[in-house]
Amino acid sequence: MRGATRVRCAVGVLAVALAATACGGGSSGGGGGSGDGVVRASWGDPQNPLEPADTNEVQGGKVLDMIFRGLKIYNPKTAAAENEIAQSITSSDSQNFDIKLKPGWKFSNGEAVTSDSFINAWNYGADLRNAQLNAFFFAQIDGYSKVHPDASGAKATATKLSGLTKVSDTEFKVKLNQKFSLWPDTLGYAAFYPLPQAFFSNHAAWLSKPIGNGPYEISSYTKGSGMSLRKWDAYPGSDPAANSGVDLRVYTDNNTAYTDLQAGNIDVVDDIPANQLKNVKADLGSRYINEPAGLNQTLTFPLYASNWSSAKSALVRQGLSMAINRPQITKAIFQDTRTPATDWTSPVLGDAGGYKAGLCGQECEYNPTKAKQLIQQGGGLPSGGITIGYNADTGSHKEWVDAVCNSINNVLGDNHACVGAPTGTFADFRNKITNKQVTMPFRSGWQMDYPLIQDFLQPLFYTDASSNDSHYNNPQFDKLVDQANAETDSGKAIGLFQDAERLLVKDMPAIPLWYQNGNAGYSTNVSNVILNPFSVPVYNEIKVK
Amino acid sequence: MGRYVIRRLLQMIPVFIGSTFLIFFMVYALGDPVAALFGERAPDPATAQQIRHDLYLDHSLGAQYLHYMKNIFVGDFGTAFNGQSVTALMGSAFPVTIRLTIVAIIFEIIIGILLGVITGMRRGKPVDTGVLLLTLVVISVPTFVTGYVLQYVFGVRLGWTAPSVSPSAPFNELILPGLVLALVSLAYVTRLTRTSIAENTRADYVRTAIAKGLPRRRVITRHLLRNSLIPVITFIGTDIGALMGGAIVTERIFNIHGVGYQLYQGILRNNAPTVVGFVTVLVLVFLLANLLVDLLYAVLDPRIRYA
Repeated sequence: MRGATRVRCAVGVLAVALAATACGGGSSGGGGGSGDGVVRASWGDPQNPLEPADTNEVQGGKVLDMIFRGLKIYNPKTAAAENEIAQSITSSDSQNFDIKLKPGWKFSNGEAVTSDSFINAWNYGADLRNAQLNAFFFAQIDGYSKVHPDASGAKATATKLSGLTKVSDTEFKVKLNQKFSLWPDTLGYAAFYPLPQAFFSNHAAWLSKPIGNGPYEISSYTKGSGMSLRKWDAYPGSDPAANSGVDLRVYTDNNTAYTDLQAGNIDVVDDIPANQLKNVKADLGSRYINEPAGLNQTLTFPLYASNWSSAKSALVRQGLSMAINRPQITKAIFQDTRTPATDWTSPVLGDAGGYKAGLCGQECEYNPTKAKQLIQQGGGLPSGGITIGYNADTGSHKEWVDAVCNSINNVLGDNHACVGAPTGTFADFRNKITNKQVTMPFRSGWQMDYPLIQDFLQPLFYTDASSNDSHYNNPQFDKLVDQANAETDSGKAIGLFQDAERLLVKDMPAIPLWYQNGNAGYSTNVSNVILNPFSVPVYNEIKVK
Repeated sequence: MGRYVIRRLLQMIPVFIGSTFLIFFMVYALGDPVAALFGERAPDPATAQQIRHDLYLDHSLGAQYLHYMKNIFVGDFGTAFNGQSVTALMGSAFPVTIRLTIVAIIFEIIIGILLGVITGMRRGKPVDTGVLLLTLVVISVPTFVTGYVLQYVFGVRLGWTAPSVSPSAPFNELILPGLVLALVSLAYVTRLTRTSIAENTRADYVRTAIAKGLPRRRVITRHLLRNSLIPVITFIGTDIGALMGGAIVTERIFNIHGVGYQLYQGILRNNAPTVVGFVTVLVLVFLLANLLVDLLYAVLDPRIRYA
């Protein structure tokens, strides 16, 4: 008997606990509905704290682009870099730039945007002690090597970039350490956003609720679950928000986001799950967006590995490129959300920006007989077969890697010539590549930082560049890139970049696979949803019905 | 009893140290987390070095572990890469998962034991066969299938619930996810109860109780059920820990920002403080749940006594 009463007592306690936690739970509701003009959009948890110079992935970048405006802005339709806060950026020698600011720009806390807002932000971003992931974006500015020495463990000998000089509150000068005529066009990137004094005076408070100068201000931010942004009514720019705010909601799984879109619980989903691509047109009709973005996928070769460094192995790489049936794979596996690649850039650049369809020529076209011939001429596949490395945790890479291998195997008539080689996590995968432990081709993807042909070539293929994973080294390529950067006429510069790109056809350090599209869907509550060249929805243009 | 509890609590200390040690080393073996921070770009050596220094990653593994344990004793579980302290992450994640677990356990207890008693009393009858078949189906279908199907049917088709749970995750939104999480265990509870009941219906004390002329209801609840529940309680007790740690699939499907989600993110981003911190707390929950189960034995069966 005694025992039984105790059990009953325990049940009672449980019930009380239930009631208590229930009361605690219901306080903050699911966020704004569509009735109040707020857009409800899907989001992913940003990987790093939301600082302009420390954010290098799309989810954090999304927010920064809503709450910040920089010297330049990339036109959401044409990808062209246009002056935003900059009144003018002039240079006579492609190395010394004079930047004048438009008056009247403010941060949402009332502080004025002055040349100090830029100089302080850039000095902060470049400073080694702050360990900002995007620090290398300031590497072209004079004095960078003193503020941020490259070698591991080295100490900085300065805290300010000597290339930045303040002239007045609305004008400053920038000296680069080499000629780079297209440099002003890079200034729309998040790393170059200005920062208010509040950022430096109380860093922790700023991080918990960032303050910027863009069309939105943050009204609440719960890390890991969501952010509410509201229209900033005093925004001085030319592109104010067309809605009253955006509620970003973190989804752990894009399938759930899609289900929520179908049930009408969310308005904009900018990542359609791969297994829904078959139904998406039937489900959403014209509310489905499938547009090219500044993203491409390649198969990169570790040229530092002994089996890929012989003179003839370029023929093998060309042969492998011709053994991949791109149109079939993009159709069957990606439901036409990728476009077979014919160069190393992206169609979003446009012809004027340096995209040249077919630049790769027949080397990027499926040709089984020629492929087999080239591979044999090059001495066959190293050690009789290859593996293609990929990370298995995200992005459903297995399907297409298997398809690429299948295509290669069919061409060579050997079922074991190519197999996929998964690595558990992205961290481990990147680690192996950085430490040069990979000896076989591996998947790689490049999302542009800014819409310039330079961004598709220099970081990836210039000797010792930041993302030169293949460790490609061709003095002629470097020379052409240097010439292009020094060229003041943009048409001539792009011609030189394309000349450099043509060298990649011969050397094939990385096989272009396909251009990736941005995929998004939206509900009937909203209209005017478009994706910018970075495949991010242009939130401030979205209209709520 | 009191000494027994103290002894059990003291035993937790080596288990706690041992498990954190193992987890710490396993996460470390996943590779360098700093490389992943830079995305598809190779880390620039100076910045990478600075980040390693800031995160105490530039020391030997042993030193890192000691540093970590030293901080844990002052309540500092380290910092996740997004700048949030792991204790803050726990503060937001554990209440959600605890609510989800409570819902699941309630389903297990109420539906599982009820079905178990009904089938155990009517062994071989159509009800029994029907429930046995149903539990077999539930056990063999993976959680993510039932999860997506129920989400689609109730969330999109019928519109009875929202397909996803809002960030605050109140109880009323957790009923469906809780059911999905409970289903497999629920089937086991049903089967365990059924077997146990079926065995005990033929026991001498039940016959005696019936012979004394006690009402049927009293025979079942006081005599039969109390003696049959020991294996079921053992199962449910260990299940508390399993449900909390194993909710990854359910939490993903219903977009619940609980422990499973944080653990998944931690593993994906190779963030040792998050993973070790959360698993450490889960280990504690597991240990305490087991202690609770052992103490409940004495309540259910006074013959089981602890010195």
